Amino acid sequence: MSALMIRDLHKSYGGLEILAGINLEARTGEFVALVGPSGCGKSTLLAMIAGLETVTSGEIWIGDRLVNSVQPKDRDIAMVFQSYALYPTMTVRQNITFGMESRGVPKAEQAEAVKRVAALLQIEQLLNRKPGQLSGGQRQRVAMGRALVRDPKLFLFDEPLSNLDAKLRVDMRTEIKKLHHRVGKTTVYVTHDQVEAMTLASRIAVMNQGSVQQFDTPKRIYDRPTNMFVAGFMGSPAMNFIPARFTGSTSISVRAADGGDATLALAAPLPAGAPKDVVLGVRPEHIYRFTTDLKSRKPAVEPMQAPVELVEPTGAETLAVLRLGDLEITGRFEPDDAPVMGETITLGIDMSRACLFDPATKALL
Amino acid sequence: MAEIAANARHDPEAAAATRRYFWARFLVYAVLTLFAVIYLAPLLVVVFNSLREQSDIARNGLISLPRSFRLDAWAQAWGTYCVSGTCEGMKRNFFNSLWMTIPATLISTLLGAMNGYVLSKWRFKGSEILFNLMLLGVFMPGQISLMPWAFLLGKLGLTNSTYGLVLIHVVQGISFTTLFCRNFYVSIPDDLIKAARIDGAGFWRIFRKIILPLSPPILIVTVIWQFTGIWNEYLFGVVFTSGQQQPITAALVALTAGGTTARAYDVMSAAVLIGALPPLLIYLFGGKYFVRGLTQGAIK
Repeated sequence: MSALMIRDLHKSYGGLEILAGINLEARTGEFVALVGPSGCGKSTLLAMIAGLETVTSGEIWIGDRLVNSVQPKDRDIAMVFQSYALYPTMTVRQNITFGMESRGVPKAEQAEAVKRVAALLQIEQLLNRKPGQLSGGQRQRVAMGRALVRDPKLFLFDEPLSNLDAKLRVDMRTEIKKLHHRVGKTTVYVTHDQVEAMTLASRIAVMNQGSVQQFDTPKRIYDRPTNMFVAGFMGSPAMNFIPARFTGSTSISVRAADGGDATLALAAPLPAGAPKDVVLGVRPEHIYRFTTDLKSRKPAVEPMQAPVELVEPTGAETLAVLRLGDLEITGRFEPDDAPVMGETITLGIDMSRACLFDPATKALL
Repeated sequence: MAEIAANARHDPEAAAATRRYFWARFLVYAVLTLFAVIYLAPLLVVVFNSLREQSDIARNGLISLPRSFRLDAWAQAWGTYCVSGTCEGMKRNFFNSLWMTIPATLISTLLGAMNGYVLSKWRFKGSEILFNLMLLGVFMPGQISLMPWAFLLGKLGLTNSTYGLVLIHVVQGISFTTLFCRNFYVSIPDDLIKAARIDGAGFWRIFRKIILPLSPPILIVTVIWQFTGIWNEYLFGVVFTSGQQQPITAALVALTAGGTTARAYDVMSAAVLIGALPPLLIYLFGGKYFVRGLTQGAIK
């Protein structure tokens, strides 16, 4: 059963279209991430699910109820805001009970619920403090506590980690994941951080310019991005796009470093009707130093020469900027086996993991 | 070391700079002192005269250091001085002012807070236009509305009554209180309102539980502003009330106009000070909150 169903949802302000026909669905217990660059409409979509923005056209179903014109408080949802939106004049305890207080839940029941949530999030010792006396991470916990205490049908998160510093963000990410496993609530999570989306979500909706580009599992989105936008947005460093041209039904040629052409054999024959010019998409981690040993292990690896322009060691891996004609591509190497600056190396490109795009429609072939 | 010290002592440029600095400071303080004297002298004269004997004033002139000291003038001004036949001093007018100022301040502040809340957090089509129209009231001189008020108070049967003045000051004050509160509430994050709406709180509950608890800084500003403004207001008081019903600002004029004998400068001075005391006290005790409230936002 779907906990959330969105059908052909539109939103426009005057003549400006923010959302152009969104279709989305979250199964009960599922963790769906909405990811995209700023201005793609993901936060508006979340606000519409919450009932904080009106629907221009289309339908939003929560459970088996059409909620288009239902007030936020009656939608059985809880939301965590980017700014946390903790009530500054209330203590943590009052922040958590405010919703129950508004709904007239008996005091004893409230106390019980606060105890349960405080234990779950380990914020018992903070209950009598005001939000101004808490650190960023603690505020984040309290904001989640306020959402959790309601036991809603649907959890909505609006970029909850973007106000935290890098280390805390990773810690809280793990905690949110653990929490979701434990509580098992259907969650819609908005983020601009593709790593957050990849690590947390069971399904990701990649959005751009008001529409969903691809809605699929993290693995499918990463391995088989439906178009060049998704391919470029998901993954860091981004996927390399190399213009290429067909030289047969199973091989393409790309402009090589020396200005000539290098021919690469495709791992699978191309679908019929593909254009003559294509874009080859290769992720940095699918570029290797070519050896015969590698070829015997990965038969789809194709060799190609390229000079090394720049090397960026990060510790765990070393990124190398390689020059192909007037194009720069990035490869990700083992630090022990990394190329050095100025060297011309023979690359091995894993063609079985590569994607081909139509340069006109930007779609995956 | 000694050499450096010696050099420093004889450095003509540094010495010149020090001299320049001294004279610049001297000039600044001299000018400031002069202006302070100009501003404070009238107040000082009034305070002195309220404590001097009438004969002392008559002999040594209005502006002179006190050579006598007594508090009789204050007692007379408060309770027994005769103005046009009634000998009750300023007492009644003082309380008129109080019963006019307190309700008018509270009501206009509360209405301003609610207006500000709606105009900042529950915007609707045309709310900005409405706000701008309300702002017109800030720039409109009170005289313009004298005739309409005369007409309205007549219709309502509120002429020559404190209630009439309360009504006038509430309405005339709303522009200011709305402006203050609206601009303060704009700085409260909208997310708080959204979170509260999801939490099941409605319009009034959000106002009472979230907005009002954040409001003391701006409410103090509005209360001080309104209290001082309404207390000191003279025009409406003198036009729409007479005799026993007048607020103290209007009555003070009657005090000077009614004299057939020699003018009782001592009593007049005391009466003026009685009339000025409440706003002065408010300023003394609330002044720092006033500045703080105007400059700080809602959330630190």
